[in-house]
Amino acid sequence: MQSQATYNYKVVRQFAVMTVIWGIVGMLVGVIIAAQLVWPELNVHEYLSYGRLRPLHTNAVIFAFGGCALFATSFYVVQRTCHTTLFAPGLATFIFWAWQLVIVLAAVSLPLGFTSGKEYAELEWPIDLLITVIWVAYAIVFFGTIGTRKTPHIYVANWFYGAFIIAVALLHIVNSAAIPVFSEGLLTPKSYSAYSGVQDAMIQWWYGHNAVGFFLTAAFLGMMYYFVPKQAGRPVYSYRLSVVHFWALIFTYMWAGPHHLHYTALPDWTQSIGMLFSLILLAPSWGGMINGIMTLSGAWHKLRDDPILKFLITSLSFYGMSTFEGPMMSIKTVNALSHYTDWTVGHVHSGALGWVGMVSIGSMYYLIPRLFGKSEMYSTKLINVHFWLATLGTVLYIAALWISGVMQGLMWRATNADGTLTYAFVESVKASYPFWTIRVIGGTLYLAGMFLMAYNMFKTIASGKAVDNAPVLAPAGAH
Amino acid sequence: MDINDLRSIYTVLAFAVFVGIVWWAYSAKRKRAFDEAAKSILDDDAPDAGK
Repeated sequence: MQSQATYNYKVVRQFAVMTVIWGIVGMLVGVIIAAQLVWPELNVHEYLSYGRLRPLHTNAVIFAFGGCALFATSFYVVQRTCHTTLFAPGLATFIFWAWQLVIVLAAVSLPLGFTSGKEYAELEWPIDLLITVIWVAYAIVFFGTIGTRKTPHIYVANWFYGAFIIAVALLHIVNSAAIPVFSEGLLTPKSYSAYSGVQDAMIQWWYGHNAVGFFLTAAFLGMMYYFVPKQAGRPVYSYRLSVVHFWALIFTYMWAGPHHLHYTALPDWTQSIGMLFSLILLAPSWGGMINGIMTLSGAWHKLRDDPILKFLITSLSFYGMSTFEGPMMSIKTVNALSHYTDWTVGHVHSGALGWVGMVSIGSMYYLIPRLFGKSEMYSTKLINVHFWLATLGTVLYIAALWISGVMQGLMWRATNADGTLTYAFVESVKASYPFWTIRVIGGTLYLAGMFLMAYNMFKTIASGKAVDNAPVLAPAGAH
Repeated sequence: MDINDLRSIYTVLAFAVFVGIVWWAYSAKRKRAFDEAAKSILDDDAPDAGK
């Protein structure tokens, strides 16, 4: 027996389509700034200069591409696993349009130079207030849906999404606390952080690392715990492990932020705590990676001809790699070499392109046909081409920046017998050019894959029809 | 008792809670419910489109 209620697919569909669109925009800006490093003459105007576009790139890929992917998948997953329609659908519609407004405001205000200067939290206070309202609405819709569920159990993916929503609310409110300044009028927002000195730095990187931990990790693990088992057609490898590594991540991530401030004015013991918790994080991170990959155990053959599964499993491999690399880089002596070099940027992109990007892309390829009444995407072959473009692009990108990063670290620390520096800073810049060129190529390949995805998506949409009558299924065992 | 004692107690309590969670998750009587939860999303494989 099925009830008359239908799943709310409209908001899922809107966010899914915008995931691909914002993915292209954000990654295009990334390719542009990568090219500006190689060819500085591309800084044609102050609005389009590297310093203005770089935060636009990070905000667009994290909050526009990643954010839309998370809204789309969390709204889909919470409805289907709770066997109920979305709570407060009007609020869900508001979330979609308001989030698009935030993205547009970011795309206008950052090039104009409005910034609070906090990494990944650059947006000025009026936009911060709007984000706060959206986030409260998001919590109401998500937890309201959980509250009206028809199943006794809350599936693990929802725990990850729920932790992400709560943690991001906390992080955003605390780190964005600022005193607005109105001297230039309302349309030229300006503010000063509510904190100062090393406390300000610590709060910023408490925020910054937990943005990685809860936005870019916990939430995407929620995605993984639904879409990997669904695409593989097998239950998750170990449900117990998912429970344990969830709580281990929750207990640990909050303390890892100080590793962004090694050898600064931050007290030494705080740095050591940050390093210690970062090392501990290896265990719960790998718990998730192993759980995801081992879901395929006994069905490895599916990897051969299912490019969606290739995306999902490769994303977990990159997740495993970058969560091994991260703890290593948090060790103070390693950090003494890696910090402020391209190695950090390479590490971030191993996580961003490899993990977050690929798990989102794979999930979208699962989701999009189902939202448009198709059993699969317009072209599976193109998904496969996309997979190889994305993989090759990621590998080129991170390998190039590993080499340039280690090279920069070694050049900066090299001293002559009399104690003077062996190299001037500009010599390390010059030596980096070939690797920055490879980065442009890697990023372009990844972006090209996104264009293929958009083509594939629009072809799928054109031949399909928006599904608005998917009936809410009664939970198994209830009939 | 100053605030640092409270912090120590909190840390120890948090660790005890975590050990409790591990014990709970791996207890034999949870196994069946967890297996069912893991399978629950796959029982849901009716076509999304209502046609």
